[in-house]
Amino acid sequence: MKSKMISLPYLIWMLVFTIVPLGLVVFFAFTTPEGQFTLDNLTNAGQYISVLLRSIWLALIATAICLLIAYPLSYILSRMHVNRQRTFIMLVMLPMWINFLLRTYAWMTLLENNGLINRFFGLFGLGPFNLINTEGAVVLGMVYNYLPFMILPLYSILTKIDNSLIEAAQDLGAPSRKVFAKVVIPMSMPGITTGITMVFVPAISTFIISRMLGGGSNLLIGDLIDLQFLGNAYNPNLGAAISLVLMVLILLFMSIVNQFDDERTEGMLL
Amino acid sequence: MENIIRLRNLVAEYDGERVLNDISLDIRDKEFVTLLGPSGCGKTTTLRIIGGFLQPKQGDVLFEGKRINALPPYKRQVNTVFQRYALFPHLNVFENIAFGLRIKKLPEKEIIRLVGEMLALVGLNGYEKRNVGHLSGGQQQRVAIARALVNHPKVLLLDEPLGALDLKLRKGMQVELKRIQQSMEITFIYVTHDQEEALTMSDTVVVMKDGNIQQIGTPQDIYNEPTNAFVADFIGESNIIDGIMHEDFLVEFAGQKFECVDKGFGKMQLVDVVIRPEDIRLLPPQEGDISGVVESVIFKGVHYEMIIDACGYKWTVHSTLCEEPGAIVGMHVKPFDIHIMHRMEEE
Repeated sequence: MKSKMISLPYLIWMLVFTIVPLGLVVFFAFTTPEGQFTLDNLTNAGQYISVLLRSIWLALIATAICLLIAYPLSYILSRMHVNRQRTFIMLVMLPMWINFLLRTYAWMTLLENNGLINRFFGLFGLGPFNLINTEGAVVLGMVYNYLPFMILPLYSILTKIDNSLIEAAQDLGAPSRKVFAKVVIPMSMPGITTGITMVFVPAISTFIISRMLGGGSNLLIGDLIDLQFLGNAYNPNLGAAISLVLMVLILLFMSIVNQFDDERTEGMLL
Repeated sequence: MENIIRLRNLVAEYDGERVLNDISLDIRDKEFVTLLGPSGCGKTTTLRIIGGFLQPKQGDVLFEGKRINALPPYKRQVNTVFQRYALFPHLNVFENIAFGLRIKKLPEKEIIRLVGEMLALVGLNGYEKRNVGHLSGGQQQRVAIARALVNHPKVLLLDEPLGALDLKLRKGMQVELKRIQQSMEITFIYVTHDQEEALTMSDTVVVMKDGNIQQIGTPQDIYNEPTNAFVADFIGESNIIDGIMHEDFLVEFAGQKFECVDKGFGKMQLVDVVIRPEDIRLLPPQEGDISGVVESVIFKGVHYEMIIDACGYKWTVHSTLCEEPGAIVGMHVKPFDIHIMHRMEEE
C-alpha cells in the first residue's frame, strides 16, 4: 500500500498531462468543430500521405546516418581509458548546452547561398551550391541535433560489455570482424533499439528543423500539425487526426524495432 | 615427452611496472602444469602471454618449436577457461559451446554431435536450451570448460577457474578436471593461488613470486624439498627459524645443535631452518629437545593446531594430541624433517 502511495505524484501527473490530453486528441480527431462524430478528419488526413511518407523517409535516413556515425564512435569510446571517456562524452554533450533554436539558426547562416560554406567554396571559384532549403539540409539538421541521443545509449551499453567476452570470442577462433558480428553487435542490441527510438521519434515529428532548414518545399508531418493548430490553416480537428495517425505510426515502428530486442538479450545486463 | 610450449626469457610490463622478470619455462605435452603463487606474482600474465592476449616486452613464446609471439589469439591452438567464465549472455548453453565450431563453419550435424559429447563429458545433458545467466556457478564453470574443450585445443589454459566456487564444489571439480585432462590427453596450464589445489591436480607445479619462478617440480618435490623459505611457507604451513649451519649435517637453532641431512652450505653460515608443523612430535617436557608453553589450541578436524612459545619463537604444531593452553610440553624433530635453506634476500 505504501509503495503505491509513492507513485501517486506521477500517477496524478500522468492523468492530467498524458491521459486527459490523449483523450482530447482522440475526441477532436473524431468530431467536427461543432462537436459531432465524424470520420472525415481521418479521411482528409489521407490526402497528406506524401508529406507523411517524406517524414518517414527523412527520419529513417537521419536515424541510419546517426547509427552509422554513433556506433563506431561509441565502441571506440567504450574501449578507451576511463578518464578520456569522460572528456569525450562531455564533448558529445556540449552542443546540448546551447539552445536548440540557436544551433539550428547557426546552421542556417552556414548553409545560406552567401553563407560561410559557400563563401569558402567561392575562394576556389566554386559554387555557390544550393545547400539550404533542401532535403539534405533537413537530414543534416536532424543528424546534428539528435546524434547525442544515439551515442549515449550505445555508449552506455557498450561499456557494459566485459573485455573478457571479447577475449573469449578471440580465444575461440573469431577474428575481429566475427567478434563484432557475433558478440559485440548482438550484445548491444538493446542500446541500438533505444538509440533508434530516441532519434527516429523526435525526427519524424520535428517541425522546427524542416521549417528553418528545409524551406517551404520540404513540409513534414510536424509542420502540417503545427499549421492546423497555430497557422493560417487553423483546423484543430484535422490536426488531431493527423497527430493520431502519426502516433499509431510511431507505435507500430517501436513494436517492430522491439522485435529485435527480445528475451535473448534479457539476461545480458546481469 | 616433447615440449609443446617453451617460454624463453619472458619480460612483461604493465604501465611501466615489471610483472615478469626473465621467465623461462618448458611445458611438456599432455602435462598438467600449475602456475602457483600469491596475487601479483605474474602467473596470470604468463597465461595471457601464452593465450596471445598480451605481448611480452622481451623473450619468445615457442609452440611446438615455432615462435608464435606475433600470432593473434584466434589463430593459436590453445583455448582458455576464463576466471569469471566469460560466457556469452546472449547465447544459450548449446550456442555458447558451439561458438568456436560455428566460427569454423562445421556442418550442423557435426556441431550437434560434438556439443552433445561435451555436455556429456561435463555432466550437463539436457541443459542445451538453458539461459547461461540462470545457471549456478558450478554449472557455468562446466559450460566454460566445455566451450573451450569442444575445439580440441592442444593446450587448455585455465585462469583460477574454481576461484568463485564453494569448497565442496571446488574439491569435486578438482577431481573432475584431472579426469577430463587424462581422458582427453591434452596439456593443461592451470593458474591458481591455492596450494592445495595445485598439489592435488598437477604433474608439475611452478611456484612464482614477484615475476620470478621460485621452483619447478612435482607436487612431492615442492612439498618435501622446497628450495627456499618462501616456497616452504607458501606450500603448506611452515615454521621458519633463523639457524647457523656449523658444518655439513649439523645445524644450530633454538639454542641447540641438531643433526640434519643437509650439506654443502659451508661452515658457520646463517640459514633458514624450515620445519613443517606436522613434523614436530610432542613429548613430555623433559624428553623433548626443546620445551615450551602452549599458547593456544584450535581444533582443525583431523588434528589440533597449537601455538607453542619456545626459545622466543612461536611454533605452529599440528598434532592429534590435545594439550591444554598453559601446559609445558617438549618438542622433538627428526633429522630428516629439518630442512635447511639459503637465506632469502631481504625484501
